[in-house]
Amino acid sequence: MSQLRKQGLTRRALLSRAAAAGALAVAGAGFIAAPDAAWAVEVTAISEHEMATLLQMARDIYPHDRIGDRFYAIAVKGHDSEDHKAMVAEGVAALDAAAKAAGFDSYLAAGWEADRVAILRGLEDTPFFQAVRGGLVTGLYNQKEVWPVFGYEGESFSQGGYIDRGFDDIDWL
Amino acid sequence: MAEAAKFDLKDDSVVVIIGTGAGGGVLANELAQKGVKVVALEAGGRYLPEDYVNDEWESFGQLAWTDPRTTSGDWRVARDFSGLPAWIVKAVGGTTTHWAGASIRFQDHEWKALTTYGAVEGASLMDWPIDAAEMATWYDKAEAKLGVTRSGAFPGLPGNNNYKVFEAGARALGYKEVSTGRMAINSIDNDDRPACQQTGFCFQGCKWGAKWSAAYTDIPKGEATGNLEVRDHSHAARILHDDTGRVTGVEYFDKDGALQFQAARLVAVAGNTFESPRLLLNSASGMFPDGLANSSGQVGRNYMRHTTGSVYGIFEKPVRMWRGTTMAGIVQDEARHDPARGFVGGYELETLSLGIPFMAAFLDPGSWGREFTSALDQYENMAGMWIVGEDMPQADNRVTLSDTVDKFGLKVANVHYSDHPNDIAMRNHAYDRGQAMYKAMGATRTLPTPPYPSTHNLGTNRMSERPEDGVVNRWGQTHDIPNLFVSDGSQFTTGAAENPTLTIVALAIRQADHIAREMQAGNL
Repeated sequence: MSQLRKQGLTRRALLSRAAAAGALAVAGAGFIAAPDAAWAVEVTAISEHEMATLLQMARDIYPHDRIGDRFYAIAVKGHDSEDHKAMVAEGVAALDAAAKAAGFDSYLAAGWEADRVAILRGLEDTPFFQAVRGGLVTGLYNQKEVWPVFGYEGESFSQGGYIDRGFDDIDWL
Repeated sequence: MAEAAKFDLKDDSVVVIIGTGAGGGVLANELAQKGVKVVALEAGGRYLPEDYVNDEWESFGQLAWTDPRTTSGDWRVARDFSGLPAWIVKAVGGTTTHWAGASIRFQDHEWKALTTYGAVEGASLMDWPIDAAEMATWYDKAEAKLGVTRSGAFPGLPGNNNYKVFEAGARALGYKEVSTGRMAINSIDNDDRPACQQTGFCFQGCKWGAKWSAAYTDIPKGEATGNLEVRDHSHAARILHDDTGRVTGVEYFDKDGALQFQAARLVAVAGNTFESPRLLLNSASGMFPDGLANSSGQVGRNYMRHTTGSVYGIFEKPVRMWRGTTMAGIVQDEARHDPARGFVGGYELETLSLGIPFMAAFLDPGSWGREFTSALDQYENMAGMWIVGEDMPQADNRVTLSDTVDKFGLKVANVHYSDHPNDIAMRNHAYDRGQAMYKAMGATRTLPTPPYPSTHNLGTNRMSERPEDGVVNRWGQTHDIPNLFVSDGSQFTTGAAENPTLTIVALAIRQADHIAREMQAGNL
């Protein structure tokens, strides 16, 4: 079963390709979308602001500059549930409060990763942070679609293993 | 092929073996081959090469023991994986589905750790009551059974990319004992199983069957004799005994969760180093209030898990370590006992690789931010190795009964472990040497990685000459109860530096020979 179906995510291209300026956009009631509108994620139990914050938080916890937001969105989508709603609301509020204390309007308004990471470090022992981080370990890295970014080739039995496909092809030693 | 046997629950002429891995699975087949009737109870299900999956988490879900366990002690596993002290298997064939295949004999002196090392403060070191000379013939048989490379007519396996980096680094440091190792992975077609296809995913079950696993060798061979019945999804609950103190059989929960009692002439416990002592402790009775075979108080104590850790190196150019045999080579120069290094005992270095999903989970558990992700970003350019060293047995590193219960209401194992200073000194030495190997080959970054959940779990029913020092005698027979045996890694007196499976198999072959002979003589 793909990670996508497991987490019940709706991922769809939007009709409009009009690019919005700036960071990830809160694109309308019930979903958030990429600035270039290449994808969108619906939210049901939590707010658009909370989802956008979770998404940025996911990027700041496990930043991979060659992995697009849509994969992080899949990884945090599981927190958009009735079960997690209160934890997310409380956690995002705490993040925004810490950001305000540091002189930013909100967590999302802190433009530099280092500033956001400093805010996260102050909250890393909270159950909220640990739930988000822990969920990402499988939620992000177990998406087969991101493996090629790391060069990882995944399943190999169906291709006869690597005996004729470069198990010993290193050429720089 | 003969039909697998079916034995009656009341048939008290059978030997009941609990667990079907390297110890129990081999014992079951060896006894069946000698005409002894055996019922093997296996808590897990039956999976064969066609069922295994080349996917780390999916395979983990299929094969791993994920029933509850609890942890304590200062080991980092207790913090990072508090409910998962070990990465071992719940399935017919046990952890032989998951093991990497490294099959090396103890060094001669490792059978006599106390004599060789001398007393070590805080350690409960002992000599095994058996020695290298006695074990040589059983190792020969074990190597032949497993088709171990570089033994008999089996050539070594070819080295993959990960091995080539490892080997070149080892040579650069002047190491001499460097090879693709002695592996229970076919290097040529053997035993109706093909040669290794360099597929990777050795830990997820070998889909070719090139790696030896009891699941598709000893178990079906034993069943073919008509003397072995394997009952899967059968979870042992308690071993019962009579008024004379001899065991009479095993209570277990069957496939449907119903409690059954299988009568037995003899019971052999082989549920691994956590489950075996747990079962003995959970079998406490009026006659044996501290658990079965526990007059010494040693059941559950002296838990060992090898001094492990990993080193990953990042290079300018690709390595693609995941391609091919997971454990593709070994450096043995540091396996010797040389206290000048600041610790007793020794360690092996063996190549290892993880896929991206497990690398993310195990590289530095709990870590986050760019220090972590910038390493993962270089996954394609990584080489990896694993440290396997002898850890010190300590009386308080132990398995006890937890207050947590499993779905059957049985108390689960709590696993307590704290490193001995010798373990820490050894690990730090190995980190230094491993990192030096990779730096010699131009590594731009090296990562000394903490131990994973344990795969080598040893010592909790240890073998001793004297009944007051341990749980079982030189045959794995409990000192207290003549028809109760232990047949897995829990009988290890000390852990040695080597991957334990070959020794578990050799002990099981030897034990089967002993049990069959004693039965025939009317002594059991």
